[in-house]
Amino acid sequence: MIQIKDLHKSYKMGKNSLHVLKGINFNVEEGELVAIMGSSGSGKSTLLNILGMLDELDEGSYTLDGVPIKNLNETKAAQYRNKFLGFVFQSFNLINYKSAAENVALPLYYQKVPRKERQEKALKYLAQVGLKEWANHLPSELSGGQKQRVAIARAMAAEPKVLLADEPTGALDSTTSYEVMDLIQKINDQGNTILIVTHEPDIADMCKRIVHLKDGVIIEDKKIEQVRAAKYV
Amino acid sequence: MFSRDNWREIFQTIQKNKLRTFLSGFTVALGILIFVVLFGFGNGLINTFQLFFEDDAQNIITFFPGQTTMPYKGYKSGRQIEFDKSDLSDIEKDFPLFLEYVTPRISRSYLTKYKNESNNYSTRGVAPSHQFAEKTIIMKGRYLDQLDIQKKTKIAVIGRLVEKDLFGQEDAIGNYIDLGGSVFKVVGVYQDDGGDDEERRVYVPYTTLQLIEKNTDKVDQIIVAFRPELGYTGAIALEKSLSTFFKEKKFIKPSDQNGIYIRNVAEGLKQTQQLARVLQLIVSFVAFGTIIAGIIGISNIMVFVVKERTKELGIRKALGATPKSVISTILLESIFITTISGVVGMIIGIAILSSLDKTLEDFFITNPYIDLPVAIFATVVLIIFGGVAGYIPAKRAARIKPIVALRDE
Repeated sequence: MIQIKDLHKSYKMGKNSLHVLKGINFNVEEGELVAIMGSSGSGKSTLLNILGMLDELDEGSYTLDGVPIKNLNETKAAQYRNKFLGFVFQSFNLINYKSAAENVALPLYYQKVPRKERQEKALKYLAQVGLKEWANHLPSELSGGQKQRVAIARAMAAEPKVLLADEPTGALDSTTSYEVMDLIQKINDQGNTILIVTHEPDIADMCKRIVHLKDGVIIEDKKIEQVRAAKYV
Repeated sequence: MFSRDNWREIFQTIQKNKLRTFLSGFTVALGILIFVVLFGFGNGLINTFQLFFEDDAQNIITFFPGQTTMPYKGYKSGRQIEFDKSDLSDIEKDFPLFLEYVTPRISRSYLTKYKNESNNYSTRGVAPSHQFAEKTIIMKGRYLDQLDIQKKTKIAVIGRLVEKDLFGQEDAIGNYIDLGGSVFKVVGVYQDDGGDDEERRVYVPYTTLQLIEKNTDKVDQIIVAFRPELGYTGAIALEKSLSTFFKEKKFIKPSDQNGIYIRNVAEGLKQTQQLARVLQLIVSFVAFGTIIAGIIGISNIMVFVVKERTKELGIRKALGATPKSVISTILLESIFITTISGVVGMIIGIAILSSLDKTLEDFFITNPYIDLPVAIFATVVLIIFGGVAGYIPAKRAARIKPIVALRDE
């Protein structure tokens, strides 16, 4: 699903150049649930941003579902993001004046899905995350866990190839975190490919594979025995 | 770009962000409103100036006799110049191509009596064509005619307010009034747009007045109406040749400024029109400034709006919004708001102007109005610049990378 070869990325900070990613090689197969771990500054978020086409790579190659991701203009990147990727952010990033259902329907709007179908799909995915009754509530009327579940439903609504989650539990307490992880595991069980950036070991243990980043290189890449979140809920 | 879905999205944004919508709409509406009202006032000012002159005919040159201040051809200085009947006919004979009509005017003030009512009114002995020079409007009865001049009949045409003062509810037509000891029959009542004073006058045939005053043939003033086709330069040239004619005939030294006085309406009219034009220019300048201020206002708000929405736009981009769709959303929203509020401001402005109508006449503003094309032009200008003002920050916003926009804090 994802092939990354010899990926380099550096940021210019005034006169100095900060080399963040120093040659990353890594593949993700379909249906995997991967945790990308590392302390802050290890480059894990940068990697996720490049994977999410939110940022461009300097060197190396990135292939997503057989499509080389290279020299994309803004419009093309937007179309690919819309088609291939679903995002879940630490701070939810819901649009505050839109109801839960409208937030979930937004990626479908950019896919030019007809309105009726959009609404049906939005409700379907809200039901999957257990928030069907909250469809018409604004984000401000939802708890943190509910917001993240809406965000996950929104990411899933576009039926992406890969779901990218940047610290999805970072702003949540542990009980809620496990609820969200339970949901992510269930989605993964259906065959969806998911990448999670996290620095919490217990969250990483709930994935199937942990990629450890340090100072811009992968120092460890191992498959693990998944801890099911359901037993903590 | 113009699909229903798009509009639904825009309407939702507008509805959910009422303060923002109100602020930008208010700026535009106020800008157009002030522009329309100011421009209307400018036009009202010009109207007033024109009214000053419309009261009387505008193709009039009036000659007043004066006193000579220089000796000439054996005449001493300090000689009183007098006009008489022959001057009238001489002018008519010598300048037929340039003149519409000529009328004398003899002004007197007589105690005017009817039954127990009496008052002092200015009485003017005139010829029939004087009606055109003063733009006298006959309400009932008739004005003087040529026969009255020939027969020196004792008839009078009185002002509306003279009738009101002396006759009260009674009809003046056919009744007799006492004008300084002579009895005149009232044959007409007139009105005049020049104000109350002009409606407190009595017109009688000048020949009749001359007859009463020991059968003289003197007249006080000579009013000459030139053909309007002459234009301003023609009128000035005619004034000059008439002046030369009079000075020659009355033996006044050509360089003597005091022998006769001349008042040429064309001259004053031109000056006043110039003044009005300058005023309109100033008002237009201020109105134009208002539009500029409106444009700056809407630009500021658009910059703020885009700034405020940076995060939202970042989310949208992460979810697959193309730069084009980001720009078009912001642009359509801003054009929609400016159009609606611009039109609203324009309509309110026009409504204010038409409701003011005559209430501001004391401030020299009569019937303020704005030509619809001018108002629409200003509105369109503001809409276009509102669009441009929205486009620049929108374009910048569309270029922002989603990660920058999504970064916390």
